Amino acid sequence: MNDVLPGSVGLVRPQTFHCAVPLPLKSGAVLPEFTLVYETYGTLNADASNAVLVCHALSGNHHVAGYTDAADQEGTLGWWDNLVGPGKPLDTNKFFVVGVNNLGGCYGSSGPNTVNQKTGKLYGADFPVVTVEDWVDAQARLADHLGVASWAAVVGGSLGGMQALQWTLSYPARLQHAVVIASAPTLTAQNIAFNEVARQAILTDPEFYGGHYYEQGVVPARGLKLARMLGHITYLSDDQMAEKFGRSLKDGALKYSYETDFQIESYLRYQGEKFSGYFDANTYLLTTKALDYFDPAVSTGGNLDAALAGAQADFLVVAFTTDWRFSPERSREIMTALVHNGRRVSYAEIDSVHGHDSFLMDDAQYHAVLRTYFEEVVL
Amino acid sequence: MTARKSVRLDLADLRADLDAIAGWIQPGERVLDLGCGDGLLLRRLMDEKQVIGYGIEKDPAGVLACLKSGVNVIQVNLERGLAGFEDGAFDHVIMSLSLQMIQNTVGLLKELLRVGHEAVVSFPNFGYYTHRQAILKGRMPVSESLPYQWFDTPNVRFFTIADFESLCQEQGIAILETIALDNGARVTEDINFLADTAIYRLGRP
Repeated sequence: MNDVLPGSVGLVRPQTFHCAVPLPLKSGAVLPEFTLVYETYGTLNADASNAVLVCHALSGNHHVAGYTDAADQEGTLGWWDNLVGPGKPLDTNKFFVVGVNNLGGCYGSSGPNTVNQKTGKLYGADFPVVTVEDWVDAQARLADHLGVASWAAVVGGSLGGMQALQWTLSYPARLQHAVVIASAPTLTAQNIAFNEVARQAILTDPEFYGGHYYEQGVVPARGLKLARMLGHITYLSDDQMAEKFGRSLKDGALKYSYETDFQIESYLRYQGEKFSGYFDANTYLLTTKALDYFDPAVSTGGNLDAALAGAQADFLVVAFTTDWRFSPERSREIMTALVHNGRRVSYAEIDSVHGHDSFLMDDAQYHAVLRTYFEEVVL
Repeated sequence: MTARKSVRLDLADLRADLDAIAGWIQPGERVLDLGCGDGLLLRRLMDEKQVIGYGIEKDPAGVLACLKSGVNVIQVNLERGLAGFEDGAFDHVIMSLSLQMIQNTVGLLKELLRVGHEAVVSFPNFGYYTHRQAILKGRMPVSESLPYQWFDTPNVRFFTIADFESLCQEQGIAILETIALDNGARVTEDINFLADTAIYRLGRP
């Protein structure tokens, strides 16, 4: 197998889990049945003690590691391939790693772009609003299906970190470790505000059709593009943007028009364009709502210490110095609440220039922290 | 604050310092160790006293060493204080041989006794007789307890046992117990002259 990239889990194929048991949702709605698409890497050991769940963020999916096309390995790598694989920090020689596309996603799991069995038509806007808690409940069904009574670890960055945290509250006995990266106990008002602008861009796109655009044979690409452009700005740091683009011009001279003058404009347009070509607008709306709604302390009057009192897992919390969308202060809130509860927790604050996107990068100290932590996980 | 990890401190002093500190910690306590380095003390307190312990360390290599030893480590800069930790969250807050490396001395001492019911603080005594001799000879002291040259020292505050006790009095900090050491051996008389290291158990005003 000399065509396998070094450290890669190799060619992977998505699998499907269909659950016919109705899933009650936090909103009060019930999903009568659902499907989750997932991938696995490594081998589940005899006592099923080495399973690790990787939760994805806003635009992620089940394809965490390896490639899906042997002829285009680099082009089809999973979104966290630098972390997961044989000999990598989350070592698939030790762990059985599971990636799953969440409910409401647009990569094959039940969501707006899948068929509503009741009507025989695509759900579109009729797919119920799902929350982080609902995602975790669905993931727990998948764990049952895989024979995993307790995860060795649940890992996630950003919105994925919220899922890891929620696991420790919804199913405290069903995980040993929670690794919460570049995340927060809630979104700030500023963060919700960014999400709302992104949603308005989609909702006011004339081709949105109230979320039933599939039937019209169109997609609200302009809205989705704008949403992504805005999001992208918030994932990078000011310094990094200055360094990467500065005021450099796309075509060497100012045009005195509304064409793209600056490189940063061109870059954002390209990123937005690309994203709107593969991502689903309804999924984007729904996922930003799940982010906005997440607030484990809402039932304890805003007291995060009390909210996390039921957690039993050991924690690793990681934040990045230049991440202003999910700032280190927010991760420290999680850390101090866990300390106040006497939980085992370590907190690493990584010096990185890449802003919120840092959690996807292979920064040496960041990966050394994760590698060391996972090495110490006793199965 | 790389504290105990990288310093060329005399091992006898270091062991005696840690022994003394360990002696003041009761089984099962909640302990915060500021500038915990590679987590040596916390690992010992976890093993011997079953404490619920956390170390604060800003050095990346120290963070990794703690994770490797299974010690809870928190990577924050102490100059920012202990914001976020609630009052009385810990039975003891320990600061071993690193107070002299902190700019905000008074602020941090207050923080120690805010988040901890008691604090344990140890530091090298600049008033030790060999240090005084060095100064009399016109040179900055370099010794086993002050192993650095003036141009590469991580220390930013230079004080003696007498200075420290006077500050405690001024700030209303209660000195509950003192252990003074010379090359790891206990000193009981004229400690500001004869001890190279001092360890204090401190209480709230």
